[in-house]
Amino acid sequence: MFAYVVKRLLAGVVVLAVVSAAIFILFWYGPQSPARPICDRETNNRCSPVRLERYERSLGYQNPVYEEYGKFVKGVFVGRTITIYPTDYKCPAPCLGYSYRTKVPVWDEMKVRLPATLSVAFGGAALYLLFGVPIGVAAARRRGSLSDKALVSSFLVLSSVPYYLFALLTWLYLTLIFEIPLFSQTGYFKITDNPAKWFAGMLLAWVALGIYGCTQYTRYSRGAMVEALSEDYIRTAKAKGLPPRTVVYKHALRAALVPIVTIFGIDVGTLLAGTIFTERIFEIQGIGFWSLEAVVARDLPVVAATALFGATMLIAANIIVDVVYSILDPRVRLS
Amino acid sequence: MTEQTSTSTASLRAGADPDEAYLVVDDLTVTFPTEDGPLTAVSDLSYSVELGKTLGIVGESGSGKSVSSMAVLGLHDTKSAKISGSIRIGGTEVVGLSEARMRKLRGNQVAMIFQDALAALHPFYKIGGQLAEAYLVHHPNASKRDARRKAVEMLDRVGIPQPDRRVDDFPHQFSGGMRQRAMIAMGLINDPSLLIADEPTTALDVTVQAQILDLLQDLQREFNSAVIIITHDLGVIAEMADDVLVMYAGRCVEYGPGKEILTHPEMPYTWGLLSSVPDVTADTNARLIPIPGNPPSLLSPPSGCQFHPRCLHRDKVPGDLCRTELPALLPGSRGAGHVKRCHLANPDEVYRAEVLPEIAPELVEEN
Repeated sequence: MFAYVVKRLLAGVVVLAVVSAAIFILFWYGPQSPARPICDRETNNRCSPVRLERYERSLGYQNPVYEEYGKFVKGVFVGRTITIYPTDYKCPAPCLGYSYRTKVPVWDEMKVRLPATLSVAFGGAALYLLFGVPIGVAAARRRGSLSDKALVSSFLVLSSVPYYLFALLTWLYLTLIFEIPLFSQTGYFKITDNPAKWFAGMLLAWVALGIYGCTQYTRYSRGAMVEALSEDYIRTAKAKGLPPRTVVYKHALRAALVPIVTIFGIDVGTLLAGTIFTERIFEIQGIGFWSLEAVVARDLPVVAATALFGATMLIAANIIVDVVYSILDPRVRLS
Repeated sequence: MTEQTSTSTASLRAGADPDEAYLVVDDLTVTFPTEDGPLTAVSDLSYSVELGKTLGIVGESGSGKSVSSMAVLGLHDTKSAKISGSIRIGGTEVVGLSEARMRKLRGNQVAMIFQDALAALHPFYKIGGQLAEAYLVHHPNASKRDARRKAVEMLDRVGIPQPDRRVDDFPHQFSGGMRQRAMIAMGLINDPSLLIADEPTTALDVTVQAQILDLLQDLQREFNSAVIIITHDLGVIAEMADDVLVMYAGRCVEYGPGKEILTHPEMPYTWGLLSSVPDVTADTNARLIPIPGNPPSLLSPPSGCQFHPRCLHRDKVPGDLCRTELPALLPGSRGAGHVKRCHLANPDEVYRAEVLPEIAPELVEEN
């Protein structure tokens, strides 16, 4: 398994190299000069061809693309100096560039924003499982009953609503219309400063993500449990004289967990890659919100860095899922 | 077992006939409500098995073989299956028995082994763990180490080499035959008095089949348990069964001592089963004689004798009797121990004159 993980990690690095090169090239050959956004910003939208050339030269946009990509990669590992006319900026490793907007190293900003995204993603994902799986198991055990049908159909309606609309309505109702004080102050506050405030600030985002996501997990777990409960080995477990709890949880849920964990791993990766809607609606200064701001402000280094970050999270999630899968299912041998 | 349950078992036993067989099934009917109406999978089924004896239940798919045995273990969901009649295990009536009481019997006094052990064993748990679990649930005071020792002992008993190492294997690491052996070991781990084997050799190749059947016979002699073997393979019946019950469309159509049924069958369906057995000594060009038609729908079973649409001999019965009236289960010409459900007046003659020459001409010449 160790060799497998090493192999997958190496493959992941290759994918990241390709992704970063692709992003780099996209901006390089884009419809306008990559120096144009910063030139506009620095000159109050009076970016003349002369001024543009000055920025292009200082940022290296007049050199061959492979040379500059080489500098970027080198900067990630050993750091580099970035010149944004007329100033030199020191960018220590891992250098993902300087924000055109704030003139702060992208990596430093990312470190500040990361805890907020981690809080949103892991809190929301925990609620997926915490509510989705038990409700799904309960529905599978009462399969075909009225409560099962009511649950499945109402959850289907709920998950047919687009997520951004659902999150927006959650915010609207819970904070503006009902004015529930618990939800009044959303946003990210450092957990180390004030855990209670951190919790209260995150709560609404978790509720929105959790309720919306758990409808899908209820359906996954219900389906996986219904399938597991009809397996021959469940009949064997009953024939042994095992109590229903053991049959359902030790035998059926254990088998149903494998597909659930697979989907869950990918979902956590997706959440980490950026919960743009959630962070935007609940004003949480995480990676997703940041990437949105960067796109609006044409802050290319930040856009590139957040895209790269998302790719990294998804690749990592895939590797972790494969490893966990082989632990959960002894028939799977990684090689 | 608590004092309370042991006294209640005793009081139930007191009312039972001490000479009664270990398992007595009386007028068992199992009905499942479906969207298309009630489906009667088993009707008016009666049989008994004594300790140390083997009953073979034969029939096509959907004839009610497995459904009736699952009822013996109380494995049907009481919400979706209606069970009437009586099933007595060691004098205890189990129809209507509470789930908690039933659970104490299941896997303990009555064990079941299933076909296709790969599907019937949990893929994610070690063989030893699954055996130990079966032991522990009925021996709550035993330690995990005791249970493991017992699991190794049982694996050894069913002929698994290096049982102390194989006990930590997962089912997929076992061969098909070994899996079925492990399944048998799991069934016997609590020394049950009744073992139900549902097509125990169906998924196995022929040499392994013979080994598994030998093993079951050895174990039966050793444990003196009552065994029900469910199969569609008359070869298995010939080797294993003391008594044979032939089922068709949820009903018993012929029931008696195994040798009797195999040598003097008196019901055309049994003849059909015998005719469709391949014979290794026969000419390779010899044809198998299939039973024409398909098994009947249990939702709207044929009127009268349910076998009549497929029966080649119904014109020998005067009038419309086969189509209009269900024949009663009555003793045939060979004594009270052999009952059959057929309107034919002289089945033995018909069998010897028409069926036997087709399927075993050498036997006719000898006569």
